[in-house]
Amino acid sequence: MVSAPPVLELQKLSKVYSGFKANDEISICVPAGEIHAVLGENGAGKSTLMKMVYGVVQPTAGQILWRGKPVEVASPMAARRLGIGMVFQHFSLFESLTVAENTQLFLDDGQSPSSVRGALQDLSSRYGLDVQPDRHVHDLSVGARQRVEILRCLLQSPKLLILDEPTSVLTPQEVERLFVMLQRLSSEGCAILYISHKLQEIQRLCHRATVLQAGRVTGSCSPSQETQATLVAMMIGAATAAMPSAGMTSTSSTQEVKTKAGEAHRLSGLTVKDLSVKSSDPFGVSLKNLTFSVAPGEIVGIAGVSGNGQRELLKVLSGEVRLDNSDAILINSLPSGSLSVSRRRRHGLCVIPEDRLGTGAVPDFSLSDNAFLTGLYTKSLLSRSGLIRHQAVDAFAREIISSFHVKTRSEQSPARSLSGGNLQKFIVGRELLQHPSVLVCEQPTWGVDVNAASQLRQALRDLREQGCAILLISEDLDELFELSDRIMVAFQGRLSPAQPTSESTSQSLGLLMSGVWQ
Amino acid sequence: MRRLTLEPRPVASPVWGWASPVLAVVLTCLTGLLIFALLGKDPIEGFHVFFIRPVSSFWAVMELLLKATPLALCAIGLAVGFRAGIWNIGAEGQFILGAIFATAVALHFGDWPVISLLAMMIAGALGGMTWAAIPAFLRSRFNANEILVSLMLVYVAQLLVSWLVFGPWKDPMGFNFPQTVMFSDASLIPTLIEGQRLNLAFLMMLGSLVIAHVLMNHSRLGFSMRTSGQAPLAALYAGFSNRQSIYMGLLAGGACAGFAGMAEVAGPMGQLTDKLSLGYGFAAIIVAFVGRLHALGILLASLVMALFYVGGEQAQQYLNLPSAMSRVFQGMLLFFLLATDLLVNYRLVLRPSVRS
Amino acid sequence: MTELIASILFATIVAATPIALAGLGELVTEKSGMLNLGAEGLMAVGALAAFIGAYSFGSPWLGLVFGIAAGVALSLVFALLTLGLLANHVATGLALAIFGTGFAAFAGKPYESQVLTPVAAWAIPFLSEIPFVGKALFSHQPIVYLSWLLFGVVAWLLARSRLGLILRAVGESPQNAHAIGLPVRLVRLLAIVFGGGMAGLGGAYLSVFYTPFWTEHMVAGRGWIALALVVFATWRPLRLFFGAHLFGGILVIQLFVQSSGLQIEIPSQLLTAMPYLVTIVVLVFISGNAKLIRLNSPASLGLPFRPD
Repeated sequence: MVSAPPVLELQKLSKVYSGFKANDEISICVPAGEIHAVLGENGAGKSTLMKMVYGVVQPTAGQILWRGKPVEVASPMAARRLGIGMVFQHFSLFESLTVAENTQLFLDDGQSPSSVRGALQDLSSRYGLDVQPDRHVHDLSVGARQRVEILRCLLQSPKLLILDEPTSVLTPQEVERLFVMLQRLSSEGCAILYISHKLQEIQRLCHRATVLQAGRVTGSCSPSQETQATLVAMMIGAATAAMPSAGMTSTSSTQEVKTKAGEAHRLSGLTVKDLSVKSSDPFGVSLKNLTFSVAPGEIVGIAGVSGNGQRELLKVLSGEVRLDNSDAILINSLPSGSLSVSRRRRHGLCVIPEDRLGTGAVPDFSLSDNAFLTGLYTKSLLSRSGLIRHQAVDAFAREIISSFHVKTRSEQSPARSLSGGNLQKFIVGRELLQHPSVLVCEQPTWGVDVNAASQLRQALRDLREQGCAILLISEDLDELFELSDRIMVAFQGRLSPAQPTSESTSQSLGLLMSGVWQ
Repeated sequence: MRRLTLEPRPVASPVWGWASPVLAVVLTCLTGLLIFALLGKDPIEGFHVFFIRPVSSFWAVMELLLKATPLALCAIGLAVGFRAGIWNIGAEGQFILGAIFATAVALHFGDWPVISLLAMMIAGALGGMTWAAIPAFLRSRFNANEILVSLMLVYVAQLLVSWLVFGPWKDPMGFNFPQTVMFSDASLIPTLIEGQRLNLAFLMMLGSLVIAHVLMNHSRLGFSMRTSGQAPLAALYAGFSNRQSIYMGLLAGGACAGFAGMAEVAGPMGQLTDKLSLGYGFAAIIVAFVGRLHALGILLASLVMALFYVGGEQAQQYLNLPSAMSRVFQGMLLFFLLATDLLVNYRLVLRPSVRS
Repeated sequence: MTELIASILFATIVAATPIALAGLGELVTEKSGMLNLGAEGLMAVGALAAFIGAYSFGSPWLGLVFGIAAGVALSLVFALLTLGLLANHVATGLALAIFGTGFAAFAGKPYESQVLTPVAAWAIPFLSEIPFVGKALFSHQPIVYLSWLLFGVVAWLLARSRLGLILRAVGESPQNAHAIGLPVRLVRLLAIVFGGGMAGLGGAYLSVFYTPFWTEHMVAGRGWIALALVVFATWRPLRLFFGAHLFGGILVIQLFVQSSGLQIEIPSQLLTAMPYLVTIVVLVFISGNAKLIRLNSPASLGLPFRPD
């Protein structure tokens, strides 16, 4: 085929936010039918770049050429009119509306609800994406929601489809189906921009890749002809490609857990027996007959797409939700099901929640205050009269900052001023420096840059060596394979029996994640 | 092409944290002068009557402090709640109930020196706390919005007082006026200086400011309440009881307002009448905000607000303006504060627009 | 006896109308995610402006226009602060309530002893002749009919029209609405202005139609009751209509009891307090059902939104 202009060309596109260069002179060229990966670690600027292409954000410099002609994409509506569709990482569907209503809003072309419904049915059978137009979105699973998002884009016959981290919420089987659909689209001439940090997928699916690091293009290649090592080198720079083990450890031993009375309990980890909890939230998931245990010195992982009861399990283990039956949860042999958060923490439990800002830390409080948030239970930060010992609190915060290499001005900086990775390091550090004998953590390295993520994982391994029982809830199968000794899968409030990691594969876990049990 | 845009600041500006209320006060005064002019009054005279007269003599300053006392008392109680995310709007009603409980003591056990007064003080605080406990319970148990419940109770409190002074507690020798008998001397709060009306309540107000400050900033309870107010999910994660915050937040407000109510009937008024509801409970909300929910700020803001009150009375006397003028000033002050507060978290800058 | 019941029904509808109007306005405002607690202040300025308009120009209809305009104008201040300057919704709404009632008291002083000519009712021909129902339902002042029409229109728009869809979407998640290109701030501005106009209309009804005079405490908490009603109705217009009439009934029953000469030993103040007490009961009843609230309340209610 003779030179048809590329569907999309970015020429030195930049976006600057008050002194911070999110994107620096990025140039990319995407011909029709090509599946083009945009690769980079968290914080490299991929999302910002896509927002500019889709009109959510305006560039501060550079040009966008659409089919050879320079254009200004003033808004998402303008982008759609040009023929650009985008599926966001965090979906933009309205939960209280039906699928058809969501689509109708999106299309904005005066179609009647029934014609929208008809169009949805047509496309869904054509591409094998199964949806029910009259169901409310809050009833749909995550995978189904993504199908709706994709379908609504396809209804406008886009020439370019942008997908932002599409597989982070899918089971391996759903990933396969997505790839089949994308390849079909590509063969029909649609260009695809595929944003991801998952190297294996990119190597399988994409024709070309542009690599971003710290807002700049650091490489351009055909991913199938590269090795993972070379790709990673382009992502984080050769100099740091060898993962440093930063030696983040909480040095004293956790062999003994002292209760308030000063007695030492025998360490026996976490045991859950026949745990059933009815969810109070109409959109929540009820837990059904969960039974498992985590021994001291092991990491047990729970895999599964979010929305299958993980959040509810975390709340019941941490003490936010209390049970009538105290024996359903044993922390170091102590019946804890009905105990409060503070008592469980005094018995050696620590928790790292998924949400950093807003749950794990208070955004407008200083790091010092945030250290006090859970440190008050174990770190003698209160005087005898019940007043806060500010100096001790500041000292604890400084200890966390230095042991875990948190980049920040001082312990008085507000939590919201830290980057995602640094805040996560702080929170993990705060919990680990309390020497827990049982640790429950959810998505500990989500949205964190590669360096920090590896430091955090090493810290978890070190904690395991010291005899802590760790329950790791994560959507990231790679992380689970790397860290866990045994793995379970959560599906609709149930847990599959734990299997040694060595006996599990992506495929077998994927089946369990889709509900195919026994 | 450059245009004015708002940019978020990385850290809240401490300078503007203090400057914002000051700017708001200035803007309010300027607008007030404009209103005087529009109403055909000489703005200079208006300024003099409204702002200068109230502080122009020792007696005037004492009266100002007297007016500021219930405002600051109510406001600090409210501020404790607001910082915990508990919106107690019913301080006016809690004020009234404090006055009612204190009156009950005064009418039946009012003649014992020292003991009566102490009992009245406790009764006042209890009255306010009882009234505040209702929205606390309903919020904690049924998640009923405390703004609406506490507010509805204001109307109920006003009707309750009306019933009492027109009915069972009416002074039989009072020419059928809706008021109780005057309290005996033992039931009146002692004044601080001979010949002035400023009384012990002023000192108690200062004390409560200190207590509230220590509670909110240096105690574990205060920390848990602040966390509940800023990040309720984090508070739950950390094991802080939401229920505790709700009760403490409302009861603190109730106790302070109730005490202020007691100080009003056992102080300048000397009896319970149906003119008890003076709007202090609502003005205190503004004082709390303008004072940045902070003890020192509240003290200063209560002085400003007292100035508006007294100024309004003066304006009525000397300028023939309705005394509701002070409510207009109060409302404007809050509006301006909400506007100037933007500058605490955002910066106004001139930036090149879109593409260069 | 039927005469009495017809009268009570008639009076109930009359008493319900201002609350229903203010409530409908607030419902639309809250559906867009904006929490405007200033209804009481909006009704107060609406009432005063309407009275001034009707008094100065001799026309109750002009008075209504003035009332709506006053409500709109004051609600624009709310919009400026919350949409433009990102102020806290609760504080701004309170400021509106305090300022609105204070300003109305201040500016209304000269009008406190004036009286308007009462406005005649529009008995709908033929329909109003029907025994019992005719007197109760079809012999009202035109604003009542207007309020019925408004309810019908708004209910239909919310459930079935694209406009209603956009409103619901913005109220659930302004971020998502913005991401697909909906004009979030414009929608919210219009919702706020509608709310202000409705509250102003409700206030205007009070001072021009309900009782042809103005006093400082005329609104007497109806604005706050309207807010509670929106929660009680779980943000659905037809339920709001029903709730407002329930309230109207309570407001009216106590008047009937007081004037009927029945020898009941209930202090008048207790009867007057009934509406406020019932509001509390109603709030508790509906709020206690967390599931119902969660399913129906606009998810972004009261939370600030900044595009980009």
